[in-house]
Amino acid sequence: MRITVNEREHHLPPGVTLARLRSEIKPDADLMIVNGYPADADQRLAEGDQVVLIRRGEQPAEEELDALLSARHSPGIQTRLRKACVGIAGVGGLGSAVALALARLGVGQLIVADFDMVEPSNLNRQQYFLDQIGLPKVYALRDTLRRINPHVRLTACHLKLTAANLGEIFTPVQVLVEAFDRVDQKVMLVETFAACCPETPIVTGSGMAGYEPANSIQTRQSGQRLFVCGDGETAAGPGVGLMSPRVGIVAHHQANAVLRLLLELAP
Amino acid sequence: MTITLNGKPREIADGMTVAGLLQELRIEQKQVVVERNAAILPKQRYAEETLAEGDILEIVHFVGGG
Repeated sequence: MRITVNEREHHLPPGVTLARLRSEIKPDADLMIVNGYPADADQRLAEGDQVVLIRRGEQPAEEELDALLSARHSPGIQTRLRKACVGIAGVGGLGSAVALALARLGVGQLIVADFDMVEPSNLNRQQYFLDQIGLPKVYALRDTLRRINPHVRLTACHLKLTAANLGEIFTPVQVLVEAFDRVDQKVMLVETFAACCPETPIVTGSGMAGYEPANSIQTRQSGQRLFVCGDGETAAGPGVGLMSPRVGIVAHHQANAVLRLLLELAP
Repeated sequence: MTITLNGKPREIADGMTVAGLLQELRIEQKQVVVERNAAILPKQRYAEETLAEGDILEIVHFVGGG
């Protein structure tokens, strides 16, 4: 009968027990889950059962982690994602959330750049933690991503991006995410990057402050390679702050646009 | 002459430049990215690029926050 163990299919004789399975596949497992529920060693397995064998505290090896992480993904995309390189300009509210989403997807390489340090007020929407206050954001993010998927190669650039340096930093990427805060920086990034890398798509964020309905947030295409995620209107300012739900929605619109672009689909 | 601006036809004066059009529309240059026939235009060309009949122009506004 066919049984899936840690997301891989195995063919086993009927009536095999969980204990036997464990001894053959992962003898050091101390937690066994069958079809989503913890199970005992003497449980007999049936056709189509989904088994997870875990040793508490153990981190899977690269290949196994890849299979485990991508088990919930649609088939066939993992190889492409593993070979992909994505740039993220700014790792504040947008960029840190995009980075986490792409790491969970298994995107092979991320190049991130930001000059900023983690401050307490960031924690209302940015993917940082109390024990990271004072650290440069790019290094804090690198530490966090290592705890999710250590096989994602992250290039952390702790610097201020300018028209002079961003071309060289982001030349290797297949998609660039604009995750800045200020309008003049957003515009500078789009124009500068279009001049140096006109074939590479850029996914920007615009309009995500406050708590207007989520449904006003969209992903729009402009021209061949410019994508804008947001409501396009709601600027951050006094009385209209940046709050985690809408910022997170825009960030995940951006991450989904990146995913679709990597799969050669229109966002 | 007629151009397409953000998907809609618009009549503009002959010899109008991108800079002139933005001024007419009362749009601040530094808040927008302009695409002319699907190519993003660098700011230093705004005053030089004279628009032509049938041009497809996209003016993309950005607002702050992220």
